Amino acid sequence: MTTYIARRIALAVLVVAGVVLLTFVIAHAVPGNPAASWAGPHASPAQVAAAARYLGLDRPLPVQIAKYFTGILTGNWGVSIHTHESVLSNIATAAPASLELVIAALIIALAVGVPLGLVSARRPGRPADQAIRAGSILGVSMPIFWMALILQLVFAQRLHVLPVAGEYSPNLLFTNPLTKITGFPVIDALFTGNWPMLGSTLSHLILPAVVVAAYPAGLISRMVRAQILDTVGETHVQMARALGLPERDVFGRYLMKLAWSPVSAAIALVFGYSLVNTFLVESIFDWPGLGSYAVASISTLDTPAILGVTLFVAIAYVIANLVVDIVQAVIDPRIRLR
Amino acid sequence: MSLDIAGLNVRFGARTVVDVDTLSVADAEIVGLAGESGSGKSMTTLAVLGLANTVGATVTGSIKLDGRELIGLPDKVLATVRGSQIAAIFQSPSMAFNPVFRVGHVAVRALRQHGLTSSEAAERMAQAMREVLLSPDLLHRYPSQLSGGQLQRVAIALAVALHAEVLLADEPTSALDVTVQAEVLELIRELRDRDGMSVLFISHDLAVVAELCDRVAVMQAGSIVEQGPVDQIMSAPRHPYTADLLRSVPSIARQG
Amino acid sequence: MIEIPEAAAPAPTPAQATAQRSRGWLRSNPLLAVGGALSALIVLVAVLAPLIAPDPGDAGSATHPFAVLKPPSAHHWFGTDQVGRDILSRVIYGARVSPLVALFVLLIACAVGIPLGVAAGYFGGWLDDVIMRLTDVVLAFPALLLALALAALLPPSLTSLTIAISATWWPWYTRLIRGQAASVAGRPYIESCRALGISRRRIIFRHILPNAITPLIVQVSLDVGGVILTASALSFLGLGAQDPTPDWGLMVSEGQTYFTTDWWVVTFPGLAILITAFAFNLLGDGLRDLLDPRRVILR
Repeated sequence: MTTYIARRIALAVLVVAGVVLLTFVIAHAVPGNPAASWAGPHASPAQVAAAARYLGLDRPLPVQIAKYFTGILTGNWGVSIHTHESVLSNIATAAPASLELVIAALIIALAVGVPLGLVSARRPGRPADQAIRAGSILGVSMPIFWMALILQLVFAQRLHVLPVAGEYSPNLLFTNPLTKITGFPVIDALFTGNWPMLGSTLSHLILPAVVVAAYPAGLISRMVRAQILDTVGETHVQMARALGLPERDVFGRYLMKLAWSPVSAAIALVFGYSLVNTFLVESIFDWPGLGSYAVASISTLDTPAILGVTLFVAIAYVIANLVVDIVQAVIDPRIRLR
Repeated sequence: MSLDIAGLNVRFGARTVVDVDTLSVADAEIVGLAGESGSGKSMTTLAVLGLANTVGATVTGSIKLDGRELIGLPDKVLATVRGSQIAAIFQSPSMAFNPVFRVGHVAVRALRQHGLTSSEAAERMAQAMREVLLSPDLLHRYPSQLSGGQLQRVAIALAVALHAEVLLADEPTSALDVTVQAEVLELIRELRDRDGMSVLFISHDLAVVAELCDRVAVMQAGSIVEQGPVDQIMSAPRHPYTADLLRSVPSIARQG
Repeated sequence: MIEIPEAAAPAPTPAQATAQRSRGWLRSNPLLAVGGALSALIVLVAVLAPLIAPDPGDAGSATHPFAVLKPPSAHHWFGTDQVGRDILSRVIYGARVSPLVALFVLLIACAVGIPLGVAAGYFGGWLDDVIMRLTDVVLAFPALLLALALAALLPPSLTSLTIAISATWWPWYTRLIRGQAASVAGRPYIESCRALGISRRRIIFRHILPNAITPLIVQVSLDVGGVILTASALSFLGLGAQDPTPDWGLMVSEGQTYFTTDWWVVTFPGLAILITAFAFNLLGDGLRDLLDPRRVILR
């Protein structure tokens, strides 16, 4: 098992190296003068020239690449044109909010998707199955920026059931200020016993998380259904029944263990997908995460910031895939015995 | 325990796949159900187990286990009958076990389902493994780590551990090579001799049927065309289909 | 008597299976029927746009200062936008934008991806390694991300959008075709073909490609919805279509500021995106069920 894990880690490192290289290529090969983008849209020719020297654009390509790599490894991801701060520090500040959102969305997606998939697979072809399948397809067809706006309008602005935007109610900053431990408001509020804040953070989390959960929920329910239907006719299932195991067990634990493998692969996939989806949703909800940062960087043409966020999300995705691979190997013996 | 099938009809919508007038397995008897692939033999197994509906088939007729009618019983009741009274082993042993569970895991779960405690179950299973001449340690392995022959013997051990009295063996040796085949057949014979198990042995291989079974029923396209003591059928078949089948097996043809 | 609860069907023989699938598919595949019909309807709307839109001029850069932000009425079914344009007409013309972008993206992705996949699968060796590592790196980025980065750095336009999305989409097809090509190339009859002196080119076109076509068709049909969503998302962020193009994503973005008071500016274009993506996804799903139940790459 350890060789398997070691191999996967080595592979992941290689992929990350490739990803860094690709961002370099994008930064320097995309039409447009990287020095000009760096200097900003209002720079003078002298400033652009200075930027070119600063960026080492006059140096030979391998030197540039090496410089880029060392920069990335040492935490020098550039300086944001817009905020004038280190891109990496901007990202570090913004990341927890997005991670909180994505994790909450994934929890919702699993809690909704897995049971629906099971119900759907139990009696395939029946009305419940057709309805759930249609719903899943609807989930993966949803333009989430639109869904965000609609839900915000209906639940927050018209019905006043949920808050409109933000991570928590700003009033609470005075009455029950939040102590930062992990950077995740919900967890921090929980750990410090700050109940009003906990309620506020949770209620603010609902709308954005539900929006981001739409696609994963649809995908997961389809995966679970497909997996179960694939295996339900197999001999070992009949054998389990023949041994007298009740249908409920056969369908539940017995089949689910088999289904976990592809489902967990799907989880890594939707993690990456959802992290990028936050780009579309956060600005609508004033959610101070990577998404808002990315959108702001795009509108100000803040190249270092755009590339920094891209690199960060890609690396997070590679890590997520790696973690899932390892977990899969633990759960499913077929993988590590291969 | 005896198994009596009467007027069994299994169909998919309008298409009938099994239409058996009578088929019985008496106590401590091995009855062969012979026929080509696709003649409906496997569906008969599923019907006896009450699992035909899981593949979408409708079942009518009568299947009696020691006089108790099985058809029409609610699934929960059938689940108690399955395993503890009727056991089954299947054609492809490597596919009969869930690949992500250790081999012993499902066995113990099944035993616990039928009322034993974990330790009783583990003990029974270990004992059963020894009876089929396998080390109980193998229960900790995954199916992919055991050979086909070993897996089939584990399946038989399961039937033994469950104290089942009727065994449905659906082509249990077809996927095994000849030497292993002989071992498995010997095991089945022993179960009949020592434990009085009634066995319905389904196979397309007439040579095996001739060697193992007391009586044989020949199935063609879902119906039984001929049945009787194995020597009689083998030497003096009355139905043309049986004669054809016998002709196609060189060893028997030479004898008969 | 035990009744059928119409559970999973029994495993038929391969010939039976194909026949079964093609016969009553309409009954057992209502999703495909609905998807197909809806997709066809959308394409029809796009083609007939000038004829069915009430105010075709509004699809462009018209302004009607006295009809700004009017709610839906008999005169303007979908209301008017912030410069007074009829939203219904713009939504109808929008049906030309998204599916066309999707078409071009998929064409380019196939044009790039298929040859690379064939090369990798058929020739193997170091070529295979290089191409596969390249696809690995591109696929290491979650779907929208790379396209977003590219589109952000290129001057915003539908062309940039198409290029950006195509650049991130081709690796899926390369992987798919490579798998097919590799498995076919390894078969004994291909060796006999070579031994008989049949040219490599002929082998590729006559033997390898036809086998790969079905899973490719399934994958492409499933991807249409995804590309449409990606394109509209990028347009929403301002990276694709620019005003006055009646792109649905752009319309949602433009209507954002007025949304709380004038809900229709955002609702109808977004609904159009949803219905279009839904239709093509249904179609893709149905085609997959019909043609190739197993071999689809999870996206």
